[in-house]
Amino acid sequence: MASKILLEAKDIVKHYPVTRGLLQRTVGWVRALDGVSFSVEHGKSLSIVGESGAGKTTIARQILLLEKLTSGSIFFEGQDLNKMTPAEIKAVYRPKVHYVQQNPWSSMNPRMRVRDVVGEPLFVNTKQSKKKVYEEVGTLLEQVGIGAEGMNRYPHEFSGGQRQRIAVARALALNPSLLVLDEPVSALDVSIRAQIMNLFKDLQDKFNLAFIVIAHNLATVRYMSHTVAIMYLGQLVEYGDSEALFEHPLHPYTRALISASQLTLPEDSEGKAKQIILTGEMPSPLNPPPGCRFHTRCSEASDKCSRDVPEMHKIGKQQVKCHHYD
Amino acid sequence: MLSTLPTAKTKTKKQYRGVTRVTRVIQKLAFWVPLIIMIAMIILAIFANFIAPHDPNLPKITDRYTPPVFMEGGKSEYLLGTDQIGRDILSRLIYGARVSLSVSLLVILITAAIGTMLGIAAGYSGGRADAIIMRVVDMALSFPGLLLAMLLAVAIGPGFTTVVLALSILGWAGYARMIRGEALRISQSDFVAQARVNGASGWRIMTRHIFPNIINSLIVLMTLQVGMMILAEAGLSYLGLGITVPTPSWGAMVSDGRANLDNAWWISLFPGVCIGLVVLSGNFLGDWIRDKLDPRLRQL
Repeated sequence: MASKILLEAKDIVKHYPVTRGLLQRTVGWVRALDGVSFSVEHGKSLSIVGESGAGKTTIARQILLLEKLTSGSIFFEGQDLNKMTPAEIKAVYRPKVHYVQQNPWSSMNPRMRVRDVVGEPLFVNTKQSKKKVYEEVGTLLEQVGIGAEGMNRYPHEFSGGQRQRIAVARALALNPSLLVLDEPVSALDVSIRAQIMNLFKDLQDKFNLAFIVIAHNLATVRYMSHTVAIMYLGQLVEYGDSEALFEHPLHPYTRALISASQLTLPEDSEGKAKQIILTGEMPSPLNPPPGCRFHTRCSEASDKCSRDVPEMHKIGKQQVKCHHYD
Repeated sequence: MLSTLPTAKTKTKKQYRGVTRVTRVIQKLAFWVPLIIMIAMIILAIFANFIAPHDPNLPKITDRYTPPVFMEGGKSEYLLGTDQIGRDILSRLIYGARVSLSVSLLVILITAAIGTMLGIAAGYSGGRADAIIMRVVDMALSFPGLLLAMLLAVAIGPGFTTVVLALSILGWAGYARMIRGEALRISQSDFVAQARVNGASGWRIMTRHIFPNIINSLIVLMTLQVGMMILAEAGLSYLGLGITVPTPSWGAMVSDGRANLDNAWWISLFPGVCIGLVVLSGNFLGDWIRDKLDPRLRQL
């Protein structure tokens, strides 16, 4: 392995036009992603955490090339995806990066049998016979804890947790090096979440898989991420080593999130963990607030926060975008 | 309270069982009766020359306005009576099935095929292709149908081909518009995104992911069109733009008998009943096929 870094996003920006009226005039832009940078190493997981509307799923859609970036670039094993031809993407990138979606009820074609759902990446990317593909589908299903005999059934015959396992089997079909997990457990019962998370962990150890885990709940990702990125309104506010970040959350927003997920907070001077409750809602990404984007809800905001845009500061293994660390 | 509970339970169970048995019989009838009617109609159409008791086009002026056999004055020779010039209604119905069924089935197949292909292409690709296809659809929908039929009749003469061509040119746009909406909706679904991540080509997404998921709506639309097409053919034939006299078609027979509805209602009624039967059977069978094709409903 030449470099440890598998995928790197540099300053990616995605703005969606807002059109109105008969002529579809563009009246504004939804700034879903505004200059986000991160990287994932081979066999490691990066978790991206934030509220609804922070731009997490937009990141997933950019990495999976479901949409075109407004600006910035994504590098895969050192290669700039913007500069690859569609044929190269299909041959090099598609087989290596796969996707597990949030909703296991909508992520499978209801008219396809499980064997064709899981076999699709194989049918599309390899020239194997039907029989061989189905054999492979059988082993894949065994791997995720669904018997091979399930492959002749339809997706609707399975429960949510089982369907998510099937989705994982499909994502593993081509032996990828990176899985994008978009809230992989948030649609599942709490009792099944741990099972699925453990499944991911096992698969990571077994196949040296890298994960990008998207979640809105820190508790779900804590035990499986090596790096954590906290997002707020289209930007990263804190980014860094998972352990360090959970031990010493730097950004006020990170602290609020940790508090909300009922993980233990570092104790303050009085020896009591402080409960931080965020009030209000995230401002509209159509018209983000000036200065620090979080200042409208931050309990520690000062004048400067509403005026100047904070820089990313590097503190130990963490990076934080906050004026308190100037 | 406790003692009444078991009896109440057994009662509901019995009632429940009875209800399911009745509904099951109805469900079976709703499948078999229309199927038999459809097959019978098709057999009549194909073997008309062996089944029909009389020459459908041979007038016998002395026997005109003969009522059906079950009425006073009916003759056993003419089971369903005769028309204004003494042609046997039953024989004309049997021969008429040929024209009516073949026109409607052919038109439905042509329009559904063209409309589905263009609709899926427009809905999936979006952008300029979508805009172009949908403007053509608007044009086809706004074009006066009668004018087109008349132009075609002038150009290639009235007849079977003219009817099929005119109805096809007018009919595909409706399919395209509906299918495009469905295709657009499915294109944005999670499983299509997943297929793109899997590296599936546009062709594969359209044929394997989008098409199977619009079959439901397509079949419903197609079965509704059976009756519409039979009636449209009747209209065109009535105006002299379609099937020419004396070749019988159900629609033409209905319009033929209009003037005599008060004194010889059977001339119009029997072809009307045939149209109704085919349309109803088509709708029932369409429902059944739709349910069979949907894996989620198949187990029920």
